[in-house]
Amino acid sequence: MGVLDLLSRWPVLRQLLRGDLTALGETAMTERSRGLQSRTARADRVVKSVCPYCAVGCGQDIYVKDERIIDIEGDTDSPVSRGRLCPKGSATFQLVTGTHRVQHVLYRRPGGTEWERLPLERAMEMVAERVKHTRDTTWEDTDVNGLSVQRTLGIAHLGGATLDNEENYLIKKLFTSLGIIQVENQARI
Amino acid sequence: MPGLGITLGRGGATTFQQDLRNSDCILIQGSNMAECHPVGFQWVMEAKARGATIIHVDPRFTRTSAMANQHVPIRVGSDIAFLGGLVRYVLEHERYFKEYVTHYTNAANLLREDFQDTEDLDGLFSGFLPEENKYDVTSWGYEGIQGPTPAAGHKELFAEPGAGEGESHSARITEAPKDFTLQHPHCVFQVLRRHFQRYTPAIVAKVCGVPEEQFLKVAEALCANSGRERTTALCYAVGWTQHSVGVQYIRTATILQLLLGNIGRPGGGILALRGHSSIQGSTDIPTLFNLLPGYLPMPSARPSSSLDDYLKAHTSGTGWWSNFPKYVVSLLKAWFGDAATRENEYGFRHLPRLTGNHSHMQTVADMADGRVRGYFVMGENPAVGSMNGALQRKGLRQLDWLVVRDFTLIETAEFWRTAPEIQRGDVKTEDIRTEVFFFPAAAHTEKDGSFTNTQRMLQWHHAAVEPREDVRSELHFMFHLGRRLKALYADSRETKDQALRELTWDYPTKGMHDEPSAEAVLREINGYTVADGKPVSGFTALKDDGTTASGCWIYSGAYADGVNQAARRKPGHEQTWVAPEWGWAWPANRRILYNRASADPEGRPWGERKKYVWWDDARRRWTGEDVPDFIVDLPPDYRPPPGASGVEALAGDNPFIMQADGKAWLYAPGGMMDGPLPAHYEPMESPVKNALYGQQCNPTRLEWPRRGNPYHRAWGDPRYPFILTTYRLTEHHTAGGMSRWLSWLSELQPEQFCEVSPELARERGLSNGGWATLRTARGDLECRVLVTERLRPLKLNGTSVHQVGIPYHWGVTGRIRGDGANELLPLVADPNVDIQESKALTCDVVEGRQATRARAASGATQAALPEGLELHRRDSSRAGEVDHVPWQEKKKDEER
Repeated sequence: MGVLDLLSRWPVLRQLLRGDLTALGETAMTERSRGLQSRTARADRVVKSVCPYCAVGCGQDIYVKDERIIDIEGDTDSPVSRGRLCPKGSATFQLVTGTHRVQHVLYRRPGGTEWERLPLERAMEMVAERVKHTRDTTWEDTDVNGLSVQRTLGIAHLGGATLDNEENYLIKKLFTSLGIIQVENQARI
Repeated sequence: MPGLGITLGRGGATTFQQDLRNSDCILIQGSNMAECHPVGFQWVMEAKARGATIIHVDPRFTRTSAMANQHVPIRVGSDIAFLGGLVRYVLEHERYFKEYVTHYTNAANLLREDFQDTEDLDGLFSGFLPEENKYDVTSWGYEGIQGPTPAAGHKELFAEPGAGEGESHSARITEAPKDFTLQHPHCVFQVLRRHFQRYTPAIVAKVCGVPEEQFLKVAEALCANSGRERTTALCYAVGWTQHSVGVQYIRTATILQLLLGNIGRPGGGILALRGHSSIQGSTDIPTLFNLLPGYLPMPSARPSSSLDDYLKAHTSGTGWWSNFPKYVVSLLKAWFGDAATRENEYGFRHLPRLTGNHSHMQTVADMADGRVRGYFVMGENPAVGSMNGALQRKGLRQLDWLVVRDFTLIETAEFWRTAPEIQRGDVKTEDIRTEVFFFPAAAHTEKDGSFTNTQRMLQWHHAAVEPREDVRSELHFMFHLGRRLKALYADSRETKDQALRELTWDYPTKGMHDEPSAEAVLREINGYTVADGKPVSGFTALKDDGTTASGCWIYSGAYADGVNQAARRKPGHEQTWVAPEWGWAWPANRRILYNRASADPEGRPWGERKKYVWWDDARRRWTGEDVPDFIVDLPPDYRPPPGASGVEALAGDNPFIMQADGKAWLYAPGGMMDGPLPAHYEPMESPVKNALYGQQCNPTRLEWPRRGNPYHRAWGDPRYPFILTTYRLTEHHTAGGMSRWLSWLSELQPEQFCEVSPELARERGLSNGGWATLRTARGDLECRVLVTERLRPLKLNGTSVHQVGIPYHWGVTGRIRGDGANELLPLVADPNVDIQESKALTCDVVEGRQATRARAASGATQAALPEGLELHRRDSSRAGEVDHVPWQEKKKDEER
């Protein structure tokens, strides 16, 4: 590799020789930059999705490699968003892959000052037991006027506007069958 | 969304975002669209590039205002006066679309002679019951109609006085007397004209602080851009809904759009801009106490709890809601399967019964009183996101157990150790007995499912990766919780457990975590024929005899032909501009609702420029760019025979098929709690006296007066002299759970702040970048100060009124922290939908870091009233002494 060869690969020189004042095109490239690929090109697959923030409903493309998400971009096919994402939508990658996400079930006992770890299955079992106990002890066949009500006012629920329709459906279906009527979400509050 | 539901028939945006490009004028009010729905705003910009006039009416000058042709600063909480002024302008200057109004609205209907307007009763309508803070709605009905008028949209009004609880609603209101000349003194048109007569430009200036010439410029732009060849669209968001009279804001806007003939037509309509990815979906398939899926009302406790009586009480004699029994029986079949038979009323008696208000605010009040023991919170953060945060947390402290499902340890999960009252030492962690379970939630990238966006469109997101460790979807949590409870109750023979035992709950699961199939759930929501399990093609296939099942009738068709229609993704550039093959919109994939109104009564397009759906006489059917929102083969000249009932009672020129009379309701003879017409009331907390009526606030508003939730009784009381409004930022999302934890977004908007005008800054010695303390009757907070001309004091009646703005995203956990704005807000609600009034209240601002962070809900008392000052009466003398506490349980001694 001679000095001349090295000089010929120096972008500044090429730009001067070719009179390229903007240096935004070919003269700015090197072997390395010529070989560069976007992260998305390395993806094993692209999964179609929807932005989870507001209700505009922008299309998202989720790029997956080795079963991990490597990037999230706007979906240019979407007739609503035409590939665009706002600052929040553009941050979706950090939202779903960030270290802020808790990975384990946590439990705080009555009067406790710290979180404790609890196996998922055990926690599910404990919640089911509490629902049964509370429901059984606060059940009303009839209200104070003697009218049939078949319910419990001892348990309540909040949430839904960020969840999937299918999730809301199971929430409403199960809780109603348990006699829980205080089921609410942000659509009201 | 009963504002739209009661008036037009369905509680959803009437149009879709891409259609904004067809508008000749767009009025954005109660929304900062450019910053809160930036990507949707591209369609506004596209319209502007095509020459449309963009108007932004908002207290703050924002990036939406910067892009608009005209920005109109308005006083927070005065929008009904502004919109009412526009209604008056259209009527007085004969600028309404006469043919549209006469044929497609109830303008010609005659009203009962005993109806009295706010004009007659100084701000009240006839029928007010002071001891209950409610209206008996009998006198609001149409002339010549016996019994209640069935309202589409929200239907819980049948429980109200005069609404005919338990009666059948077979009245043929299609045959109610009308005067098509619109001259009869009791016809809706004339009543409307008299009602809005006093909403003059001078009154608009006095109430809203909008100079007359600015107001007139808006009025002229709207009128000039409406008619046969031109259309105007309205966009709004929670700036209109979060008021104690919020539903009537939307009603006023809808009345205006109907008078201008802009509903159901391209470039027209009302676009409700929603803030969460599936907030429309969560009312369609409601996690709301008073509804079952598809806007079917939850049953109330009644002497007879039979299915027959419920159906009779809610089935409309005419119009689409005459199909009510089909949707109810199909829902019961979906839920209780083979156990649901005609003999056992399809399991209807299993459903729990309401006895009044069971809304979030009522639940919080009950929780604080120790009446609720267990609480599930999924993807919501009430400790920060709900009004009066300290009272919310007081409620959480009284629980036996709390389940929080979220990405991270949000304030609601950590209320027992990081809450302001713990940091202050008012409450000790060790004394809180609540058991807390935190479950990490899966993100949309880790689960299959559909969101319903702001234009009623279901879009499927596919799981990209498996969730890690203990992270699971809500679908997984609910399914496996249900499975466990079914096992726990398997041996019970008690009646109370029968519903759970008979509940269909056999969704197939897959993968290493036994994740239930979301598609199987969508299939059940869509509905199927019971005999062979085949998905139905849509709600027209549903029956009331138990042969079909459907979990949410309005979503029926989303899984037609066994295909997940919500997952359709034919690229937009390969379709027409309507893009009907991208996702699936309810109902029946219609993108513009009420689109029959885009044609004239004879079925011809109103004009070539606004051609959309029309009658094809050769093929004898409706056709066009969209799925016709009409009976597809019903000719425009069809007139029902006398005595017709059901859908057959609708004429070929009745575009609003959900309404019992096929007409859009300028005047609501039923369905509203606070009046058949909108009237301007001041917010519950306002430093201004109502300039229009003796009645200061909405007389039917819901209040929860209690020590932990004190109110500022407002005007004439100098303790909280300024108006406070809350808003959101582009870089943050609601209570911050999905934004304040991300470094990328936190860097962009790192700190809580308030916006004040240079005039107020001078008056209170505030400096840009310095600190301020904000106080309301509930408590105080500290934040940075942004002094900006974007917020201006408004001249009302010669005096200056200052407005302060504050974003509401902050809380005490997360990467960036700050005092939450909702600490300042009271529990007070609109009576129609129990939504809080977080857009307009009163506050004080002082310089520096002076916050005590004492909260009324933790026992603090507010500053005493200055000596010698008497509080003004806020309810009119006709309203009597009103007591606004909603009831959750009907007391025996309160029986009517």
